[in-house]
Amino acid sequence: MNWGGWSEFWAMGGYGFYVWGSYGVALACLALEIVFLRRRSREAKA
Amino acid sequence: MSAAIRWFWFASPQTFFPLAGRIALACWVLAALLAGAGLYVGFFVAPTDAQQGEAYRIIFIHVPAAWMSMFLYVVMAFWAALGLAFNTRLSSMMASAIAPTGALFTFVALWTGALWGRPTWGAYWVWDARLTSELILLFLYLGFMALQAAIDDPRRADRAGALLAIVGVVNVPIIYFSVQWWNTLHQGASVSLTRAPSMAATMLAGMLLMALAFWLYSIAASLTRVRCIIRERE
Repeated sequence: MNWGGWSEFWAMGGYGFYVWGSYGVALACLALEIVFLRRRSREAKA
Repeated sequence: MSAAIRWFWFASPQTFFPLAGRIALACWVLAALLAGAGLYVGFFVAPTDAQQGEAYRIIFIHVPAAWMSMFLYVVMAFWAALGLAFNTRLSSMMASAIAPTGALFTFVALWTGALWGRPTWGAYWVWDARLTSELILLFLYLGFMALQAAIDDPRRADRAGALLAIVGVVNVPIIYFSVQWWNTLHQGASVSLTRAPSMAATMLAGMLLMALAFWLYSIAASLTRVRCIIRERE
């Protein structure tokens, strides 16, 4: 286990902005693609 | 039925459609499970890096995304070339279906690279050979999509897009070998087929799990999109 608690986890040893900025945007991109795909699937079916 | 006949059987969009749906569903589920495992290993099992501290944890998305960006381009160009050579509808549809996911992973690789470069190199962006050729890859994906969108007749759009995709494939080895051919700020490969990886085993495990997750995600997204394209065109 690497972390003493949640605050330590979110701080990422002072690199929180860079680490979470990377993971956040990557997750948002994938989530957006899934949303667009679902919408396109619905429209293609109609 | 011989294997060869079965391949041609699935080369028809109508017969491929239900198969693509089943494979996509399995891949969505597997991708989610592997990403969960990869993130767990990446954040809770892999140790802090001695030189970079916690900033190195960006590696678990940066490297898999960069791999996928190059790999998907080659697969896209392969299907585009096949469609161009044999005039098979499904091949060209596959190429069109892969492009947006490839562009997405290229963007993710560039974005996470910028956020990793700032704490380690002191700059979000430098005009280094690796970074510049990866940016060109993003423009190739976007160019392919824009070109196809600009031509109304789908068969002509497929042919024009295929030419661009095939010409652009020369950029992929340039990206891959840029760190050897030029003196780049970007580090060399940590993982290669010819020697032992220069990283801790748990770090490598997290990275490979995430790479597999991204790989399955790409298959799922491309097959879901090709189903939309089949419905829209046929």
